[in-house]
Amino acid sequence: MLQYDKDVVLSSRIRLARNVKDIPFPTVMTEEQGKKVIELARKAILGSNTILSTQFTEYEMKKLTPLDRQALVEKHLISPDLSQNIKTGYALIKDDNTVSIMVNEEDHLRIQCILPGLKLDESWDMADKIDDLIEETIDYAYDEKIGYLTSCPTNVGTGIRASVMVHLPALTITGQISNILNSVSKIGMAVRGIYGEGTQALGDIYQISNQVTLGQSEKEIIENIEGVAKQIISSERRAREELYKKQRVQIEDRVGRAFGILSHAKVMSTKEYMTLMSDVRLGIVLGILSVDLDKLDRLTTQIQPANLQKIYGMQLNPYERDVKRAEYVSTQLNKKE
Amino acid sequence: MCDKCKIRPATVHYTKIVNGVKTEMHLCDQCAAEEGILNTEVFSSFTPFSVQNLLSGLMDFLPGIEDFTKKPLKCNYCGMTYEDFKKIGRLGCSDCYTAFAEELNPLIRRIHGSTEHRGKIPKKAGGKMRVKRQIEELRQQLEKAIKEEAYEKAAELRDKIRELEKELGK
Repeated sequence: MLQYDKDVVLSSRIRLARNVKDIPFPTVMTEEQGKKVIELARKAILGSNTILSTQFTEYEMKKLTPLDRQALVEKHLISPDLSQNIKTGYALIKDDNTVSIMVNEEDHLRIQCILPGLKLDESWDMADKIDDLIEETIDYAYDEKIGYLTSCPTNVGTGIRASVMVHLPALTITGQISNILNSVSKIGMAVRGIYGEGTQALGDIYQISNQVTLGQSEKEIIENIEGVAKQIISSERRAREELYKKQRVQIEDRVGRAFGILSHAKVMSTKEYMTLMSDVRLGIVLGILSVDLDKLDRLTTQIQPANLQKIYGMQLNPYERDVKRAEYVSTQLNKKE
Repeated sequence: MCDKCKIRPATVHYTKIVNGVKTEMHLCDQCAAEEGILNTEVFSSFTPFSVQNLLSGLMDFLPGIEDFTKKPLKCNYCGMTYEDFKKIGRLGCSDCYTAFAEELNPLIRRIHGSTEHRGKIPKKAGGKMRVKRQIEELRQQLEKAIKEEAYEKAAELRDKIRELEKELGK
């Protein structure tokens, strides 16, 4: 079994929504007030007497090119909404890309911590610590009865969104996925595809997150998500095992074909990559292929449109991107390590 | 020149990217309105919308909200009205929670199944609440200590609780 359940879980994320006392929420605040929030956030982190102050880099949306902003979105370090807020959008990102503090998104502050694998507790500890550090210099909008006040009442209370990103190819192949997604959403959690639109999740990657933020403690919310994640992990593993036992040749054929195309094609869209990647990832976990799983997961971010253009250091039109994507993927997969 | 009517001058310039394919449109005001695109800013504010749609959907189901005889609820701090909130799904400021409490609290209960925060309490803003929570925890420990007949520890806990209660009474 892989460490931190990485065979199924790609990453864990904790996000805390916070607002500054006495300043209207971003929806109605003035540009001046937005700048003040940025100043407060800067002082709280970069001006603090902690090691953290040296580990964060600041990103002002108005100073970034659209490509740079899109690349941060693809890495899940900032939200699409923040990247659109050219006037007052700002982010502090930890150099190892595990923490980002988004400023002037839907709320004044969104503290986000992402770690690979199933590591919700560690993510929460980190987010909690940064929250404490910020609170040393910023007075939060807080109400004794309903907790942290947020721009949207769906986040009020703890302001926490805990989520895990899971790869569920076997549940998808065996058709059990819709049942599972249905029952998860019935117990107050949201499930959605991360890539692509509509019901079909590209690359069979889904995100499970809590919807309730009030009336439960952060620990309870995290435990609930973790409990559900563990159940999904074990059903995915069972489905993989059974599938491989019953349809060994078909699965090996599917994985082999996917790897063949991925490592030798000359033109490849993001969508095609995502579909083939899912089969290859399954093949790695089942022991059919000996590709490094972390390398594949990194590749999945690197080949997204903006990141790919950053790697090649040039603007590319969609067709050029498909050519470079194929080139990059095959170089990476054929590299002997 | 407007791409659609080819008569009026184009005033709305609009770029659409679908699956990486970029389409540019240059329209006059009138054709843009017909297409449902007024200007790019308005358009972009409509895209990331699921929660808001969900919310306004919920609000319409709540009984008693549409009482036209009442004065419209308005937040004196930021000027937002409850009608505005229903449209955009976001509140204007902290005070909106008090200003709209009457309508908002049932909605919050509906979303979360509760209207009482049980999570983290900020050190500064938390104040009394934090002390109260601490006393609660100590009381539980005290009960346990008594059950286990650890009287020395119980006495210590009792003193701590008294101290905190004094602090609370200030």
